[in-house]
Amino acid sequence: MPLEYWIAGAVMVSLTLYALGAGADFGGGVWDLLSSGPRARAQRDLIAHAIGPIWEANHVWLILVVVLLFVCFPAPWAVISTALHVPLTVMLLGVVLRGSAFTFRSYDDASDVVQRRWGRVFAMASVLTPLMLGVCVGAVAAGRVRMQGGRVVGGFLWPWLSPFPLAVGALALVLFAFLAAVYLTLETGDEALRDDFRRRALGAGALLGVLAFGALAIARRDAPLVWAGLSSRPWSLPLHAFIATVAMGALASVWWRSYPLARVLAMLQVTLVVWGWGLGQFPYLLPPDVTFTASAAPPAVLRAVLGVLVAGGVVLVPSLWALYRVFSGQQASSRRSSH
Amino acid sequence: MAISLGFHIIFAVVGIAMPVLMVIAEDRWIRRRDEASLLLARRWAQGTAILFAVGAVSGTVLSFELGLLWPSFMAFAGPIFGMPFSLEGFAFFVEAIFLGIYLYGWDRVPPRMHWAAGVLVALSGVLSGAFVVIANGWMNTPTGFRMVAGQAVDVDPWEAMKNPAAPLEILHMTIAAYLSVGFAVAAIHAWRLLTEPDNLFHRRALEYSLWMAGVAAVLQPISGDLSAQHVAKHQPVKLAAMEGQFRTERGAPLRIGGWPDEEAEVTRYAIEIPYGLSLLAFHDPHAEVQGLDAVPRADRPPVHIVHLAFQVMVGCGSVLMAVALLGALLAWRRRGLPDQRWYLKTLVACGPLGFIALEAGWTVTEVGRQPWIVRGVLRTADAVTPMPGLVVPLVTFTAIYIFLGFVVLFLLRRQVFTSPRVLPPAQGRRRSGA
Repeated sequence: MPLEYWIAGAVMVSLTLYALGAGADFGGGVWDLLSSGPRARAQRDLIAHAIGPIWEANHVWLILVVVLLFVCFPAPWAVISTALHVPLTVMLLGVVLRGSAFTFRSYDDASDVVQRRWGRVFAMASVLTPLMLGVCVGAVAAGRVRMQGGRVVGGFLWPWLSPFPLAVGALALVLFAFLAAVYLTLETGDEALRDDFRRRALGAGALLGVLAFGALAIARRDAPLVWAGLSSRPWSLPLHAFIATVAMGALASVWWRSYPLARVLAMLQVTLVVWGWGLGQFPYLLPPDVTFTASAAPPAVLRAVLGVLVAGGVVLVPSLWALYRVFSGQQASSRRSSH
Repeated sequence: MAISLGFHIIFAVVGIAMPVLMVIAEDRWIRRRDEASLLLARRWAQGTAILFAVGAVSGTVLSFELGLLWPSFMAFAGPIFGMPFSLEGFAFFVEAIFLGIYLYGWDRVPPRMHWAAGVLVALSGVLSGAFVVIANGWMNTPTGFRMVAGQAVDVDPWEAMKNPAAPLEILHMTIAAYLSVGFAVAAIHAWRLLTEPDNLFHRRALEYSLWMAGVAAVLQPISGDLSAQHVAKHQPVKLAAMEGQFRTERGAPLRIGGWPDEEAEVTRYAIEIPYGLSLLAFHDPHAEVQGLDAVPRADRPPVHIVHLAFQVMVGCGSVLMAVALLGALLAWRRRGLPDQRWYLKTLVACGPLGFIALEAGWTVTEVGRQPWIVRGVLRTADAVTPMPGLVVPLVTFTAIYIFLGFVVLFLLRRQVFTSPRVLPPAQGRRRSGA
């Protein structure tokens, strides 16, 4: 396998882990915004408790993706940064406001007014970021981010301001919200609270199904490239059928209250969605013109980066393992019950 | 970009230096069961959490801005100098992970493990700072590729990482982090000690931060001297701009203060120490120092900014070293914390100087490289994005940064005001204010 494919794989792995970790953190923000009922305060506290120790680490995957892209695929990255300048900037705004508002809320006045004000900023930013991330992904997948003769074509709005990218944005948002709700069912020992998030997971899951078919319908008209890919690749339809099955399975296990299984299936579902998109446009980084191979940095650079990735992974895996072990939901609930 | 960086750099150095203070305090608690030190470690950790979060998100903005604002620069330079950024990614990862464990794990991991997590935060903070500085060093002294017909060929990212400017820049920057944060923290606690002179919480805080700041303040001029010699050899134009040296001459004087006049090509109103510059830069009073006249005007940086910023940096650094030495003398004479009121007041006044020196030093190295973004290879003007209306994101992010800055100050202020009150055992029991 050529070196650039290994790097592309690493980008996909990082994106997947970003979606599984940070995606759920953003989803938590969405539920913070939508917290309601007699346990609204408890819902918000549970969310804050679950994402507090880990959101910064989860967030680093995105930085890794950006670094890998600009080091290993510099020309397409320059095109992406130019064509998607607006949604990327809005996304960054969301990143900044989400992180800082969340931290400020943790350390600011405990009075309700102040908490709510920061909470609102944190929650709104949590909606904005996945939406824009999805828009960027949709724009790339639809082949709207293009370069001809070293110049970006289509201006600064056309590449992304269109039904399909926006549909993917909505899809990403709901997917993350679903994932977060499923995780949160396992973060608490309180039955009523767990049921709150069970209902939310079911609602988000159902909406996700509707949106997925909606995006498909839009793709037919607005993203011919994506639509054609579905029918031209022999594995494409079976894969999507499989994703749908896993999604149904995840929903069913939430329904039957087998939360650990639901978590596994929801994670699998997110992973499959990310990889389905990646494989769908392979070997193109920016379909329909730019392949990974044609746009890769010199082999010496790729080799060095792969070395760094391996070395970094050796350090990272045990550290992450320690982090999640120390703060896994089970310990949280056992600790709370011992108080 | 410059605004983002200037903003981020403050939070980045806090991420480097505060963990050191945290672990010193926690170590004292573990060894001697000193209650005030434990409270201090916890409180410092909270402050670090706020600053680190803002540093993390502003750092993310930077990683994107590289592409958003400088697409052609990144398309050219990404592969060559991207290696330290990918290493930085992992160092930052480790920092974020163990800071998470440190902040939220007080009663979940055994004390020594918890302390070790803090040590890892401190180490990875230094590492991630070092990697970023390596990338900056490459922009100052690019290596690891050849230019053939406008294209970079024979790219060797490891050679690029071994660029000559990097090691001394790292040393200077890391010490600067300890120095600026140390004095800022010392100032805050010195100020509180003026009103509650026997609060052990602030006495310990002053002790630890003064140690860190003091050692850094004495080491920094040495590292500065090494850096200056290096700049003289590898980046003569920058040195000339720093010193306001327009003419190439032997036995060049050292100019203190003064205002460079770029039209007339002289630096006026400076105090000149004969042979000083030749002596400092080359350790030889008769060495030839290359002036700005060696390059065409179009290739010169804005001299007055660089010269002024350099004077500010050296000035602040010298004052801080003097304050540190004075503190050491006072501490030695009274065999304890130098808590004379006038010395505490001096410390309060010196609080911002470290950060001013930091920003000034950064201005020297960045503006001193202009008009190049990669010295001698790519001009800044050729690297900027074609995106119209750049002023919109610029204004938005600037406004947000200013807002965040105020909020951080406000939160930290309350952290300080609600600080716990720990009296020495002789005076009675402990009372906790928060």
